[in-house]
Amino acid sequence: MSYPETYKYAKSHEWLLLEGDAATVGITDYAQSSLGDIVFVELPKVGQEIEAGATFGSVESVKAVSDLYSPVGGTVTEVNSALNDAPETINTAANETWIIKLAVKDAAPGSLLSASEYEKFVAEETGH
Amino acid sequence: MRYLPKSPADREAMLAEIGVASIESLFETIPAEYRLTHDLEIPRQHSESEILERFRAFGSNVASGDALELAAQPASKLFASFLGAGAYRHYRPVIIDSLVQRGEFLTSYTPYQPEISQGTLQAMFEFQTMICELTGMEIANASMYDGSTGAAESVLMACRVTGRQGAVVARTVHPEYREVLATVTKHQEIPITEVGYVAPDAGNQSGRVDLAALDAAITDETACVLIQSPNFFGTIEDVAAIAEIAHAKGALLIVSIAEAVSLGVIKAPVEADIVSLEAQSFGVAVGFGGPYCGVIACKEKFLRQMPGRLVGETKDTNGKRGWVLTLSTREQHIRREKATSNICTNQALVAMMVTIFLTVYGKQGLRELAEQNLAKAAYLRKTLLDAGAKTKFDGTPRFHEFVLTTKESAAAVNAKLLEKQIVGGLALAKWYPELGESATLWCATELTTKAQMDAAAAVLAGVREQELVGVK
Repeated sequence: MSYPETYKYAKSHEWLLLEGDAATVGITDYAQSSLGDIVFVELPKVGQEIEAGATFGSVESVKAVSDLYSPVGGTVTEVNSALNDAPETINTAANETWIIKLAVKDAAPGSLLSASEYEKFVAEETGH
Repeated sequence: MRYLPKSPADREAMLAEIGVASIESLFETIPAEYRLTHDLEIPRQHSESEILERFRAFGSNVASGDALELAAQPASKLFASFLGAGAYRHYRPVIIDSLVQRGEFLTSYTPYQPEISQGTLQAMFEFQTMICELTGMEIANASMYDGSTGAAESVLMACRVTGRQGAVVARTVHPEYREVLATVTKHQEIPITEVGYVAPDAGNQSGRVDLAALDAAITDETACVLIQSPNFFGTIEDVAAIAEIAHAKGALLIVSIAEAVSLGVIKAPVEADIVSLEAQSFGVAVGFGGPYCGVIACKEKFLRQMPGRLVGETKDTNGKRGWVLTLSTREQHIRREKATSNICTNQALVAMMVTIFLTVYGKQGLRELAEQNLAKAAYLRKTLLDAGAKTKFDGTPRFHEFVLTTKESAAAVNAKLLEKQIVGGLALAKWYPELGESATLWCATELTTKAQMDAAAAVLAGVREQELVGVK
């Protein structure tokens, strides 16, 4: 498992890269390994408004479907439509495979974690 | 349907195998004078329905149980029925019940993945395939409860697909389907707007969805348009024109079909995005409200929003063809409250009846069946018109149902018919008061006999004569 230092992390297992008011969102390495083989990613529409913490899509593996939650609020500027044909890219490279890009309206809430905090959070979760 | 043990080709092959030229030469060791040279003088073969009819007739002459009670009954307790309106009387080949009552199917009627057999899965897969071929859609689920819940689930599905909340529904959709839809959508904040139909005397569009009103009713928040074809009045809708109007505004088109036999002659609603079919007509007896067999078919791109169970074809670890329940992640037992539907069982056994029915009839048989229904309805309509009744929505194409009006009220006419052991048309004033107190919906199927139709017409003509006497 690897968690880049440049990303912020949500407890719902999404990563966030903030560059000015542009945000990029994907799911973490831990999330992909827990889900198993990913077969489908349900994407939002470009232009859709999303509130911080709200569902913006879902990711389906052979054993479950999980909702995707946006760590920040904003407007969807881009969706990774390559995932329609190759959703398994998330399994092979979770950190490099983004799902949506947003123009941020609500700044990242304070509850987002750093890479080391997230690693500790995952360790606690799996420890139970 | 005939079950002959040997075809002429089989005989040829058997003769060739033993090196004999013909049946005659096979028996030539028997002196010619002792050989039969003409057909046996026995009756020719009968069809399955003729044989059943014959044994029923025998049965009616045999006292079983309390002989006195039986003797007190009228000679025939069988009623002729002209009711349709979503529950259709069609012939059920006897093979349906003899197969579905096998323990392998009957006792495991709604199995889950771990215990489901390949035989059951294959039958469900074939059901889905047949439904796709009939409806012109790309995928179909393994059944819904019935046509009404299927239509309601289709509306919910359209909301998920489009991200919009709202449906425009034709008033020509079965009134009870619309009631179920109202119940299902009430607490999901999905507003329903109803659109009327073209007036009875408005020529070649009468009884169809009012296209101008439909166009005006669709907004940016309309997820779908729901129509029925043939509609509740038996009129065939202009599906292509309605699809164009819906699609121009980004709404999906759902076509509900209550009479599946109509697909034998009517073009499949290929312009639709979702088809909700009630398959009761395909081998399911008309009972006290059920069981029925709904099914949803749609375009493949909506696969993940489709409710219900789905069987897929796959390969096992040895590379052999097999079947599985697939895409279960949409379903309640995996996805809990976020599932596409709370449907947790399906009508697998009833769907099996449908599959057997369609296998027995085949493509050509279904067409002939539908044509017989058309012909019977055309005769019924003509003979009731000759008896002095009037029809509404003339000039639009229809299947086997039509709206009739009489001088007396529906209740009065039906009471007179009932005296003659005839169940007349369904009174429509309850749902369509604008059609008047005498409007009734009549249906004829392949089981409706000429004698029954003539008897009903005679009662209607009698009603008219009495009126004339009164006028004088």
